[in-house]
Amino acid sequence: MAYSDKVIDHYENPRNVGSLPKDDANVGTGLVGAPECGDVMKLQVKVNPQTGVIDDAKFKTFGCGSAIASSSLATEWLKGKTVEEALAIKNTDIVTELSLPPVKIHCSVLAEDAIKAAIADYKKKQGKDAGVDTHAQPTA
Amino acid sequence: MSVKLPIYLDYHATTPVDPRVVEAMLPYFTESFGNAASRNHPFGWVAEEAVEKARKQVADLIGANAKEIVFTSGATESDNLAVKGAAEMYREKGNHIITCVTEHKAIIDTCKRLEKEGFRVTYLAVQKDGRINLDELRAAISDKTILISIMAANNEIGVIQPVAEIGAIAKEKGILFHTDAVQAVGKIPFNVNDLKVDMASISAHKMYGPKGVGALFVRRRNPRVLLAPQIDGGGHERGMRSGTLNVPGIVGFGRAAELCKQEMASDTKRLSALRDRLNQRLHKGLDEIYINGSTEHRLPHNLNISFAYVEGESLLMGINDVAVSSGSACTSASLEPSYVLKALGAGDDLAHSSIRFGLGRWTTEEEVDYVADKLTTVVTRLREMSPLYELAKEGVDLSTMQWQTEGH
Repeated sequence: MAYSDKVIDHYENPRNVGSLPKDDANVGTGLVGAPECGDVMKLQVKVNPQTGVIDDAKFKTFGCGSAIASSSLATEWLKGKTVEEALAIKNTDIVTELSLPPVKIHCSVLAEDAIKAAIADYKKKQGKDAGVDTHAQPTA
Repeated sequence: MSVKLPIYLDYHATTPVDPRVVEAMLPYFTESFGNAASRNHPFGWVAEEAVEKARKQVADLIGANAKEIVFTSGATESDNLAVKGAAEMYREKGNHIITCVTEHKAIIDTCKRLEKEGFRVTYLAVQKDGRINLDELRAAISDKTILISIMAANNEIGVIQPVAEIGAIAKEKGILFHTDAVQAVGKIPFNVNDLKVDMASISAHKMYGPKGVGALFVRRRNPRVLLAPQIDGGGHERGMRSGTLNVPGIVGFGRAAELCKQEMASDTKRLSALRDRLNQRLHKGLDEIYINGSTEHRLPHNLNISFAYVEGESLLMGINDVAVSSGSACTSASLEPSYVLKALGAGDDLAHSSIRFGLGRWTTEEEVDYVADKLTTVVTRLREMSPLYELAKEGVDLSTMQWQTEGH
């Protein structure tokens, strides 16, 4: 299948690959998807507690080129946004920006889920005891 | 390095036509264009003679008699004719068919259609190495079993089934044995008598012949196999497959078969060495890569590897100047990984991370080295951005993770 130039650009030059310290009270981590579905995204935000603005965002993705591009783009968009602004990012915005074909829309949905999961984790840490993640955990 | 790009390593999908085959075909498009069924003028006689020569060449490759070769449009048609034709013809005798889960869709979907028509089909599981268990085959046989259809070699993992053993069991029980031999014929020794095969599907374009032509070997003696034709018309091919013969295609098929017979030993030696070189080079550069299927019972030109923690489609995107196939079918709406790899019990994550390499007559050492080095670079890069790799390196057992799969 043919990828759009923007997907190829994000795949070849992914923005903000990496990890933030997940135990930091100002860092929210979202881990969504599953290996058997062929997509797993980890997205992290670091929020400035004074301003509520996302200072930094990082991702790691196991998935196709469109999944990598969707999460890479999400981290780009997250930086500089407030937590509430970040929650307004819709998967359709990602579809439009990357010209994703219908079979790849689930990649954008996953990216939106990852944003929401990361922010929920951050909020949880702020509200309650720090260090408890909402994302996937080993059961054993 | 002066490697010509893109590199083709997808010889299981199709092969280029050997120039010697093209040369043999050309006259039959123009000056010798006759219909092989025209009995009353030289145009027809010339075409018929060419078809009969090709029939002999194809038969010789598999140790059959020329009269046992039925030309078709390709192996999908051959599979349909064998399974549906036998089911229809022997319905009085029984309604049970045995096949296996890793068969090509041309067999699986044909069997599924027959199930709708009242046949009962047993889909044998495969073992971790991709081969069926012969005890399970024996146990599945009943007095209603009329046909066993098990492929000779798998198109994804190149695993060779115990064809001779299956043939012996089928013979002992008096059940017809069909094998989809598309990937095996022309690549490894395949003799219908040694293997006790009653029907075998073959395709020209998988063995350096043209597309659009194939054959079904149908045994004439001990037992004499009868098939209900699936295409009605002028009664060509002993009444089993009507339709004007594709003379240039058949001529090319014959020449391709002849060349395969002549060059099989040298091709096998060269390609298995290159395949092993590719495998070794990948293993040298990368950890946690796994070969899918038996390494012992395997086509000499096949390699199928799962690269843990990276997804197949993103891997292909990184090696876009190399033509290979991924076991991950993320491009389809189903998002299902290869059913063949799933059948091996490799785990869905590894099934999503696999690449099939098919080497062929024009694969070079330089190409193999280029592909191995490029893949090593790309896999390393993708692992650096893989959350699974990170978790695994932290010591998390991925199989015990609870994943958020809802809605995906």
